[in-house]
Amino acid sequence: MITVTSARKQYGAFAALDDVSLDIPSGSLTALLGPSGSGKSTLLRSIAGLEELDSGTVTIEGRDVTDEPPQRRGIGFVFQHYAAFKHMTVRDNVAFGLTIRKRPKAETAKKVDELLEIVGLDGFQHRYPAQLSGGQRQRMALARALAVDPQVLLLDEPFGALDAKVRTDLRQWLRRLHDEVHVTTVLVTHDQEEALDVADRIAVLNQGRIEQVGDPVTLYERPANDFVMSFLGSVAHLGGQLVRPHDIALERDRATALALDAKVPDSPGVIDAVVERVVPLGFEVRVDLRADSGERFAAQITRRDAAELQLREGETIHARAVGRSSVVDHDPALAI
Amino acid sequence: MTSDTDQQRRGTRPETDAAPLPPRPGLDASDGVRPRGGDAAGRGEGSGGAPRPARHGKGLRGLRRPLGIGIVTLWLSVIVLLPLAALTVAAFDEGLAGFWEAVTAPAALASLWVTVLASAVVALVNAVLGTLVAWVLVRDEFRGKRFVNAVIDLPFALPTIVASIVLLSLYGPNSPIGVELNATRWGLVVALLFVTLPFVVRSVQPVLIEADREVEEAAASLGATTGTTFRRIVLPTLAPAILSGTGLAFARAIGEYGSVVLIGGNIPRETQVTSQYIQQQIEIDRPLNAAAVSVALLAIAFVTLLLLRVVSSRSQRREERDA
Repeated sequence: MITVTSARKQYGAFAALDDVSLDIPSGSLTALLGPSGSGKSTLLRSIAGLEELDSGTVTIEGRDVTDEPPQRRGIGFVFQHYAAFKHMTVRDNVAFGLTIRKRPKAETAKKVDELLEIVGLDGFQHRYPAQLSGGQRQRMALARALAVDPQVLLLDEPFGALDAKVRTDLRQWLRRLHDEVHVTTVLVTHDQEEALDVADRIAVLNQGRIEQVGDPVTLYERPANDFVMSFLGSVAHLGGQLVRPHDIALERDRATALALDAKVPDSPGVIDAVVERVVPLGFEVRVDLRADSGERFAAQITRRDAAELQLREGETIHARAVGRSSVVDHDPALAI
Repeated sequence: MTSDTDQQRRGTRPETDAAPLPPRPGLDASDGVRPRGGDAAGRGEGSGGAPRPARHGKGLRGLRRPLGIGIVTLWLSVIVLLPLAALTVAAFDEGLAGFWEAVTAPAALASLWVTVLASAVVALVNAVLGTLVAWVLVRDEFRGKRFVNAVIDLPFALPTIVASIVLLSLYGPNSPIGVELNATRWGLVVALLFVTLPFVVRSVQPVLIEADREVEEAAASLGATTGTTFRRIVLPTLAPAILSGTGLAFARAIGEYGSVVLIGGNIPRETQVTSQYIQQQIEIDRPLNAAAVSVALLAIAFVTLLLLRVVSSRSQRREERDA
C-alpha cells in the first residue's frame, strides 16, 4: 500500500500538486491519468523521492518515506526515455542495482538471466542499448528496475516514446507481466485508452488535484464530473449536457422520439438536427449533426440502425439521449 | 512484438536519421535489429532496386562534391601539409644521423623532458579541475555565473605575451603576494595552466548540458549513492570529452612559447622548454637543430592526438548520443 497524504508541490506560482491524497493498494496496477501539467508525473516522482514535497507525507507499505532519498525507498522507476546506461551492456544495465549492492556474482548473473528471459531479451546480454529498439530498451529498463526487488514499480509514461503499434503490444505485455509478478505498480499516462487498457484502478488528475479514483468501468460509466467524463472518452454536447456519442439515438419521427424520451429521467430532451455527414467507421457509423442552435455534435450508431434510418445528408433528424452516463456533480464551467 | 515493427520504428524515427554515425563493423547485427547507422550505410551503398529519394541521388551535391574535396585538399596542403613537409625536409638535411644527433643533444633532450613533464602535469590538473569547473557551471546556480563563464575564455583570448606579463607581475620578483615562481618549473606550470584553462571546460560543458539527468535519477532509484552514480554513470559519459580536452590542453602546452618566455626564465636543463630551445638554436644559427627538435615536438603532439582519437572513438562506438 502506498499512501500519499495532503501532498503539495509548488513551482513558483504554479501548483503542481494541490493537496493530493491517494491510497494505492498493494499488488494493484494503478494509472495516474491526466492532461499534461495535471501533476501526475510530479505525484509519481514524489512517491519515488525524485521530487521533494513542499508538504504532505508518503508512506510505502506502512513506512514513512517522506524524508528518505530515492535510494532508500525500495522503488523501481522506469522513465519515458528509457534512461539506459549507454556505456554498459544490457546485462550490466540490468545488474547495476545488484552490482552496487555487492551481491555475489553468481547470484547476480542468475537473477539477470532470469529477468532478461521474463522481459524477452534473452540472448541480448552483450548488446549495448544503442543496438536495441525503443521497445527493447524499455523492457531492459523494466528488467533493471525489477532486479532490485522493489516494493513498488513506478512507470513515468513508459510507452510515450514508442509508436502506436509497439505501444499497444508493450502495454498488454506489461499487463501480463504484472499478473505474473504482482508488484504494486503505478503508471503515469495521458492516454485514456492506455489507462483503461492496463490499469485496474485509475486516478484522474487535473490541475494538481485528483478528480476521481476508481476502476475503469466506474470511471467510464459514472464519471464524477464533466472533466472526467470528457477525458475518458469522446463526448457530445446535447442540449447543454454531455453525452457519449454512442448514447445518442436518432429517430425519424418526432412524436416517437418525444415518447421515448419521456421515459428517460433528466434527459436533455429531443434535439432537432441536420445531418451533415454520415461516416462509416466499420463496426459503427458516425453521424455528424448540426442542431437548430448551431451547435455541432456527433452520434455513433450501429450499422443496422443506420441502414434502417436511411440517412441522407442535409435532412433533419431527431436526436435524444438514452441511458446517458450520469455525471454526479454537473459543473457548467467545465463544459467545453 | 516483432523485430519487423521495431525496424520500421527505428527507420521512421527522426532522431535515428538525424545524425547517422558510420556503421560499426565490430557489432553483430544478425538478430534482426540493425545497429545504429545501418540506415545511413544502406542508403549510401544501395544501387539496384527501388529508386531512392532525390536527396540521396546524384543531384547538385553529386556534381559539387569533387570540387569541394579538391578545394579542401588544396587548402590543407598549402596551409598545413606543405610547411610541415618543408620542416621535415630541413630536419633531415644531414640525413638520419644528423637528425638523431640534433634531437639527442643533451640540451635538446632536457628541454623536451621539461616540456613534456610540465605539459603532462598541466594536462592532468586540467582534467580534474576543468571537469569540476564545467560541472559547477552547468549544474549549479549562483550569482555571477555568466561572468564566470565568460572569464573562462579570457586566458585563451589574451595574447600569450600579455599572459606572461600578467603572471610575472603576480609571481615574479617583488611578488605582491610573496610567491616568487620566476624561473622555476612551477612558474612554467602556472603559465601553462593559465593558457590551457578553457580546453577541458569547453569540451566537457556541452556534453554535460546534453547529458540525460534521468540516467542519474535511474541510478539513484536503483540505490546508487551520488558518488557511485558519478563514478559509474556520469564519468564514463564524460570520459571522451575529458580526454579530448586534456589532449588539446597537452598539445597546446607542449608548443607554448609566449606565456612561458618571461616567467620561465629560459634556464637550460631547468626551465628551458623546447620552443625556447628552438628559438635559441635559430638565434645561434643552427637551423638543422631547430628543425629536428621541431619535428620531434610535432611527432609528440601528433601521437598524443592520435592516441586520444583512438581511445575516444573506441568508447564512443558503443554509445548513442541521442535517445
